[in-house]
Amino acid sequence: MNALVVVPTTTWYLMLSAVLFTIGTVGVLVRRNPLVMFMCIELMLNAVNLTFVTLGRRLNDIDGQAIVFFVLVVAAAEVVVGLGIIVAIMRRRSGITVDDLAELKG
Amino acid sequence: MTGFFIDHLWLVPVLPLFGALVIMVLGRRLGEPKAGWLASLMTIGSFLITVSVFFNLLSRPAEERHQVVTMFKWLPVGSLQVDMALLADPLSITMALFITGIGSLIHLYAIGYMHGDPKFSKFFLYLNLFVFSMLMLVLGENLLVTFLGWEGVGACSYFLISFWHTRDSAAVAGKKAFVTNRIGDFGVMIAMFLAFSAVGTLSYSGINDAAHHGSLAPVTATAIAMLLFVGACGKSAQLPLYLWLPDAMEGPTPVSALIHAATMVTSGVFLMTRISPVLHVSYTWAPMVIACIGAATALYAATVAVAQNDIKKVLAYSTVSQLGFMFLAIGSGAYVAAIFHMITHAFFKALLFLGSGSVIHGMHHEQDMRRMGGLRKLMPVTAMTFIVGWLAIAGVPPFAGFWSKDEILLYVYANNRGLYVVGVVAALLTAYYMTRQVIMVFYGEAKWNDHAAENGAHGDFIPHESPRIMLMPLVVLAGLAMVGGALQLPFSKKTAFLEHWLAPVVEESEAHIKETWAYQNKYLLLGVAVVVAMLGIVAAIAVYAKHKMKAIEPKILEQAWNYDATAARLVSGPGNALFNGVAWIDAHVVDGAVNGTATIVRAVAGQVRKSQNGFVRAYAAIIAVGVVVLLAWFVLRGLI
Repeated sequence: MNALVVVPTTTWYLMLSAVLFTIGTVGVLVRRNPLVMFMCIELMLNAVNLTFVTLGRRLNDIDGQAIVFFVLVVAAAEVVVGLGIIVAIMRRRSGITVDDLAELKG
Repeated sequence: MTGFFIDHLWLVPVLPLFGALVIMVLGRRLGEPKAGWLASLMTIGSFLITVSVFFNLLSRPAEERHQVVTMFKWLPVGSLQVDMALLADPLSITMALFITGIGSLIHLYAIGYMHGDPKFSKFFLYLNLFVFSMLMLVLGENLLVTFLGWEGVGACSYFLISFWHTRDSAAVAGKKAFVTNRIGDFGVMIAMFLAFSAVGTLSYSGINDAAHHGSLAPVTATAIAMLLFVGACGKSAQLPLYLWLPDAMEGPTPVSALIHAATMVTSGVFLMTRISPVLHVSYTWAPMVIACIGAATALYAATVAVAQNDIKKVLAYSTVSQLGFMFLAIGSGAYVAAIFHMITHAFFKALLFLGSGSVIHGMHHEQDMRRMGGLRKLMPVTAMTFIVGWLAIAGVPPFAGFWSKDEILLYVYANNRGLYVVGVVAALLTAYYMTRQVIMVFYGEAKWNDHAAENGAHGDFIPHESPRIMLMPLVVLAGLAMVGGALQLPFSKKTAFLEHWLAPVVEESEAHIKETWAYQNKYLLLGVAVVVAMLGIVAAIAVYAKHKMKAIEPKILEQAWNYDATAARLVSGPGNALFNGVAWIDAHVVDGAVNGTATIVRAVAGQVRKSQNGFVRAYAAIIAVGVVVLLAWFVLRGLI
């Protein structure tokens, strides 16, 4: 019948994005496992991507989508380097947390 | 063919440089006498090239005798464009001719003189380096290239004065020469800064053109000229900076002849001639200052030379005195006369120094004239050539010195009669002390026998004539000292060769004095000069040969009016205290400010770096808070 069709508005998407970003931020701040922190950062990046796409569609502007590709590329590169470092560290000192990695402090 | 060499003018200074580099690398292996021959060949080579360039310039019309040879861009910095460029024009080539010519002779002489010295090859290394620097000085197209040579000759002079550095006095004399010259160098440097800020270029043509076209304010021109004159005073041993030259006699005698008589000490005169247009637009007191200092130096040094007993010290003070004459000429606007006297002086003073070196060589390193005498018979060639040099410097016609000194005095008379009197008295003393020297060394009874016994030498000590390689330069220079005056004879316009030759560079000075009494009676002045020279000679003969009068040689003259001692006391007493004070200020105030800044920065940084605690999550938190604060700022700003 007259099914209740809920059309998601821009605001919903932005809310979702904000929630994802906050989860990511809190994760980075409270977790100590480097791998988890890394995943949280990815979460933050994708929250931002979602914002870009949403607003790109809303404003009818292709730039929003274009920039997402850049973010993806950069994120991919970052993952390669970051994961490489994390794995290397983990091999040498297993079970380590980021708080233990303070050799370069001032 | 001659065109090739003028386009490759750089060969002239580079040949001696090449010689110096080769000796630097292979000196020990070359040894004696090959190092000496190599150095001599390089200098002779650059002399031959200079001769070829000279004939090339001569074949051109007068107004085209000017060629700039740029080797590379030296300092292309914004508006400061300095090229490593050489300039071939009558003035620079004249200088280069006698530098390389006399330089070659002295190189050859030194092969004989330095025979057996353990540092034989090093001596020629320095000598070639000196010739290179001196050629850069005179051939430079701008003040900076000249300054390069200027410092180069200063350094070589230092090396060579203290060549026998194991002798304390030689080491001290070298230091003294270096320090005194630094005072003059500051003058040159500030003059360069000033010229650049006023004209925007350092090239001579630029500066001189600015002076010609009146775009150089008299006050700036005066400042530049006077500052360069300070440099000239240091390099050319004028009052009050002459102090180092008599001490410089500690160096080997060929060095005294080349550097401290013929070439380096004349570079001040050269520099003032080079910038003569600037001197022209200066206030009128500027040339007057130069003339007065020149005259004072000429007279002062001549009085001191009268009472010296060291054969080389007499010649040293004589050089100071003759340089005074040159500056007297510069100050009187007689640039041609100054250059003329510079050339003739180079001939006869190099001759006299080499002659004295020959005597010292023959006397086994005895320099005290009171222990010589009667050497005429034992060293006939040295004696004959020395006598030619004596007649030339005393101003006896027709020898070279007579014509050049007379030319200077003519202009001085037209300019200022008071200074003329000073000049004539100095000329009289010159004739007197040179006659005294000749009599003490070559005539009278032999006094060297006691000396030999005193030193415990073998009883058969007899001074000997020098080897042929040392006599050859003496003979050549004696010839030049005899006929050198022919460069510029005062009889008519046609016999004034030097004046025509230099005309494109320096203003014709004759026109300025054409109407004066002095010019119209120039033969009378010639006569006065002859009488004065004869008076000096006769007086000295009466005193030293015939013993008719007692010699007047007061202690104060021997001590150079106590000027040296006074200066030494001033420098070591209050001067030392002053410099210690300055050093204290440097160590505590200047360095204190620098170190204090560093200490404060370090203390602050020490606190700040504690925030780098090494916890990545703390950094992340700071970034997050920062982002929030920034966002809040943008949002709130939008609202307000």
